[in-house]
Amino acid sequence: MISDLFSMTVLVGILASGIRLATPYLYAAIGETFSQRSGVLNLGVEGQMLLGAFAAFYVALTTGNLWLGVSAAIGVGALMGLAMAFVTINLQAEQGISGIGFYLFGLGLSDLLFQKLLGTVETVKGFPKAQIPILSDIPIIGEIFFRQNVLVYLALLLIPLAWFVLNKTTLGLKIKAVGENPEAADSLGVSVARVRYFTIILGGTLSGVAGASLSIALLNVFQQNMTSGLGFIAVALVYFGAWRPWGVLGGALLFSLVNSLQLWVQVLGIPIPSDIAVMMPYILTILVLVLTVSRVRPPSALTKPFERGD
Amino acid sequence: MSDFSQEKWLPKLIDAALPVFATIAALLVGAVMLLLLKVNPIEAYRAMWDGAFGSQNALAETLVKATPLLLVGLGICISFRGDVINIGGEGQMIVGAILGTLVGLNLTDWPGWAVIILALVTGFLGGAIWGGIPGVLKAYFNVNEILSTVMMNAIAVQLMNFLLRGPMIDPAQAELASKIPQTARLLDAFRLPRWVPTRLHLGALIAVGLAVLVYILLWRTSWGYRIRAVGQNPDASRYAGIKVKRYIVLALVLSGAFAGLAGVMQVYGVNYRMITDGSASGFTGSAGFNGIVAALFGQLHPIGTIPASILFGALLVGANKMQRVVQVPSALITALNGLVVVFVVSSEIWRRRRQKRRMAVAARELEEHPPDPDQSDPEESPEVTA
Repeated sequence: MISDLFSMTVLVGILASGIRLATPYLYAAIGETFSQRSGVLNLGVEGQMLLGAFAAFYVALTTGNLWLGVSAAIGVGALMGLAMAFVTINLQAEQGISGIGFYLFGLGLSDLLFQKLLGTVETVKGFPKAQIPILSDIPIIGEIFFRQNVLVYLALLLIPLAWFVLNKTTLGLKIKAVGENPEAADSLGVSVARVRYFTIILGGTLSGVAGASLSIALLNVFQQNMTSGLGFIAVALVYFGAWRPWGVLGGALLFSLVNSLQLWVQVLGIPIPSDIAVMMPYILTILVLVLTVSRVRPPSALTKPFERGD
Repeated sequence: MSDFSQEKWLPKLIDAALPVFATIAALLVGAVMLLLLKVNPIEAYRAMWDGAFGSQNALAETLVKATPLLLVGLGICISFRGDVINIGGEGQMIVGAILGTLVGLNLTDWPGWAVIILALVTGFLGGAIWGGIPGVLKAYFNVNEILSTVMMNAIAVQLMNFLLRGPMIDPAQAELASKIPQTARLLDAFRLPRWVPTRLHLGALIAVGLAVLVYILLWRTSWGYRIRAVGQNPDASRYAGIKVKRYIVLALVLSGAFAGLAGVMQVYGVNYRMITDGSASGFTGSAGFNGIVAALFGQLHPIGTIPASILFGALLVGANKMQRVVQVPSALITALNGLVVVFVVSSEIWRRRRQKRRMAVAARELEEHPPDPDQSDPEESPEVTA
């Protein structure tokens, strides 16, 4: 049965679903990359995702319009980001802990709204597979990359865009300066607070979309705590990817390919207990963190609040 | 000098009351949410109060719920004081419970007291191992402990599901189609003594005793002093000759150990078997997270964490009653707990500002009146502020 894994159709299936599974991680982790590059650790990603997932699902279900659902997720994520920004920038709260607070808030509120507004698990017709003409006809590659839903394509486009913004624009320069040496950035006339407000709200927005990509594109349901740790893994992927968009892509793909592999192992009935198989991506993440993190330095001002001197 | 000492008690009182203000603020937000759900907040909160304190049984349930929060919270006091953010309470509870349960399931011919003691110690060690791994990873491989503890949670959940559905499953369940993931029931002799007719068990008392021990550990022993020194200033500690890495590991080992103890007590004091619904909270009741909330609320002080745990235990028990009486899902309380955390850490800014102002005043005093070495006041050392 193990040999079944190596047939062409199965391999293509593993790769295609691996890319699909990477989508929520990509949105959330790219958002987190921006906020961490500016010196802010946002641990509330999971809560933002849950609220985004619920908002997208509920709006899509009631209006039948998927893009309205995505917009709702963006709005909710941005609001959560705004709150997080106020607490971390103006009130200088400890970021690791306030993030846990926002996580619990999102976890509880999304569950509350789910029970009050929906009551039962319902399904929605999510984003369909959008085949890209011509490209999707390429054997193997077409099947893996070009027969996905639209949120997958957008997530993949987000990577070069994030790379471009961070490395080729003044905005990116400001973000990195604020994250490395806020005092110097401030003395050069960069508003540390404004840059961080921008990155945290952007992070919240993308976390919201990450939630939407789960509830109205990947799974097409909403359940209590449906992210089950995904947001925290997205934060880990930022460390894993050494705060670089391409590194984050590599980490997200590795993680979700292993995940996809273990799903296929179960589908094919290979006798590995499913609970043990589900463990694998987490163990792998720890191992890769051990191998990579000690060699890369995080942004110097990460988790340090900034206060202008007198 | 006189205005300085006069000023002292009021701000200190306000500091101590900050968490109370934070809770009131969260409950007010909760009231608004209840109004939006078209529920009378007064009715809802009264139901909560009744559910948590309304009868002897309610009070006992509150204390039963508070016990794991206190134990996890004690561990959090240790790790957060050492500037180590341990988010892994859930996993540490689970692993402690698994190992502790194995003791009771296998040593069936041992006397009850011996099994209970051995199980509690095993649970303590299980949590210590599960906390120690991220500790070593942080100290020696520079892996962020927030991330590794979260991963360790996920791994522990799968381990629990695997064991409770497979090797450790209750033989009776194994034959049924339902296959509820649970172990066999422990022998009656292995149960922690309880205060009949309620479910309040000896674990609550043990937890309070441990709170005093943790206080002594943190403020009266050199281990505790070094953990706190490393937390406040690792560089200075290193220059002072403290082996910083060792104390980072120790902080996580101890933190995990208390969570592990919380886990095994759920088995020997409450359920008499290990049972889950396949999620972490199915076994822990999210005590691994809520214990963090309680410890923060108690200002990371072991003794302060006692009333804080009772408060959050009351919220959890009360939430169930609220759910029954006014049909508001108890998830509301999870959301409010989150808000309490946010409000408490946000309110810290006032304490820090005041401290800064006091330092400035002290510095000015120092310039104006150079100190007289005979009249140094130990009360003013920065140690006391913690």
